[in-house]
Amino acid sequence: MTGKEPSTTLCSNTSHQRGGRYLIWKKLIDRFARTVLGCAASVSIFTMVAIVIVLGTETYSFFQLEEVSVSDFFLGTEWSPLLGAQKHFGIWPLICGTLLVTLVASLISIPLGVISAIFLAEYAPPIVRNFFKPMLEILAGVPTVVYGFFALTVITPALQSIWSGIDFYNALSAGLAVGIMCIPIVCSISEDTIRSVPNSLREGAYALGGTKLDTSLKVVFPSALSGIVSACLLSIARAIGETMIVALAAGNLAQLTLNPGAQVQTMTAYMVQIFLGDTDAIGVEYKSSYAVAATLFVMTLSLTLIGAIVTKRYKEVYN
Amino acid sequence: MSRLPRRSYKKKRMYNYLFATFCVIVTSLSVAALFTLIITIGIQGWHHLDIDLLQSYASRFPEKAGVKAAVWGTIWLCGICVFTAIPIGVATALYLEEFAKKNKITSAIDINISNLAGVPSIVYGIIGLTVFARMFGLFGTINDPLVEIGNPMTFFYFRLPFGSSLLVGGLTLALVVLPIIIVSSREAVRAVPSSLREASLALGASRWETVQKVVLPKAIPGILTGSILSVSRAIGEAAPILVIGGFLFIRFTPENVFDDFTAMPLQIFNWASRPQEEFHAVAASGIIVLLCVLLVFNSIAVLLRYRFQGKS
Repeated sequence: MTGKEPSTTLCSNTSHQRGGRYLIWKKLIDRFARTVLGCAASVSIFTMVAIVIVLGTETYSFFQLEEVSVSDFFLGTEWSPLLGAQKHFGIWPLICGTLLVTLVASLISIPLGVISAIFLAEYAPPIVRNFFKPMLEILAGVPTVVYGFFALTVITPALQSIWSGIDFYNALSAGLAVGIMCIPIVCSISEDTIRSVPNSLREGAYALGGTKLDTSLKVVFPSALSGIVSACLLSIARAIGETMIVALAAGNLAQLTLNPGAQVQTMTAYMVQIFLGDTDAIGVEYKSSYAVAATLFVMTLSLTLIGAIVTKRYKEVYN
Repeated sequence: MSRLPRRSYKKKRMYNYLFATFCVIVTSLSVAALFTLIITIGIQGWHHLDIDLLQSYASRFPEKAGVKAAVWGTIWLCGICVFTAIPIGVATALYLEEFAKKNKITSAIDINISNLAGVPSIVYGIIGLTVFARMFGLFGTINDPLVEIGNPMTFFYFRLPFGSSLLVGGLTLALVVLPIIIVSSREAVRAVPSSLREASLALGASRWETVQKVVLPKAIPGILTGSILSVSRAIGEAAPILVIGGFLFIRFTPENVFDDFTAMPLQIFNWASRPQEEFHAVAASGIIVLLCVLLVFNSIAVLLRYRFQGKS
């Protein structure tokens, strides 16, 4: 600002005043910017508050309805809000369906993701890594509705040709697709933590005569375990909340079963069914979707929190 | 004495090779899954893929069905999402990295963001429906709004509550991707060396001037990469739009942000969930269009990152 002025005027009275005003102005702008950015940061807080309030009040008003009782909701084993004269609201069939799909998905995503991560971080030469990494990134970027279509038109017919007793809509097919979707999540976070294990540990293991296998499985893997566990928890949370795949491939029949070849309804699929239908905004079915959403929210939130605690408490800190 | 260790060493080496091979096979499985996905969808969808698909609206007849309304809906949604989520996300990242004091409120925001990232997108859809579309029922119902200004057929139109409109869809998607944008922008801002900040502060610049003229220009490529990737995630999201009530049979392109709309992933879901095989072919060709759009977005992000890494 003052660079163009002759240096003699720097100490003159007018310039001094201008400098002072300029400083105040600068301070004001700084204060203003800080406030605006702070307001933007509070958006995330408001979002969380809105989620809790909306789900809380709507779930509360759902439990106030006379068709519903809290004990039935948490202990009942029948979920039939749309059919029959007597409506039943027992959440367990939906939770069971969700957990069945999540179990199948985790059996795919966790072993495949973790082993791929060990391979990419420890074994793969740069050329191989540069081939696999973008592939996994593409896999992570595929929209879930595409996986759902894949499950419906490719995985299900393939399963049907192997296992004749399987339903057309089934938990296994949806679970496999969700599992494939979750591989990149497990893999990328696990790989990051494995890479952050310092080389001195590896060198120590090699110096003691360990092979690459000993080093990666007995030294590096345990050191990175906290990160890997939280990656797995994150992928489980994603699998629980996954919507489009299960809405397309898992079916719409809420039943309490452990048979992966049977049709199930997950919590998310139920919400899709309600919001696709023409139920009015005051009906008991409509309100029930908020209660289901609240259950889903509590489940995923607790998984995320456990993941954060695991990372924080068991993280190995290296200097 | 000397034979035993050697044999065990041989065995160990064999195990090592076996494990390495096993790893290659396992990692290849996911790539194989990706190729199977792309090839099977390509086979199902290629013969329906022509210029008519992009120029016609949804239809009861599979041979006439097209994605025009869905493509326009997605473009509008994408625009709204860009103009809301990216400024808020970047501002949050700058506040947390550059301005916030290390106190309990800051760490609460921090934990909160990682929790928000774990919330399923369908829950955001429900929030969007209740807060934006219905506005808690304070201003009448969706079909009978209390406040209406302008003509719904022109660009100048405003209503309360927002209803199942493009604006609500865009805002809801913005909520979905906001945590991702914040996290990636924070990483980009953190990557700016603190020596640059210190130099700027030492020259008498205020915090904001430092952020505006030193940190932001340096972090922009990283911020852009993360933002493009999150917007491409928003393009692929179907669940929140389904919940707030994107329509399935739209035979017009949107005029204003309060228009009814449909989006690519929702249209694909609709076709895929029908029992007729012919609609599956249409769904597959729609997926090819969607994947091409995403590929363009991702390539831009990868190029940006490549240039960024090349410079520094």
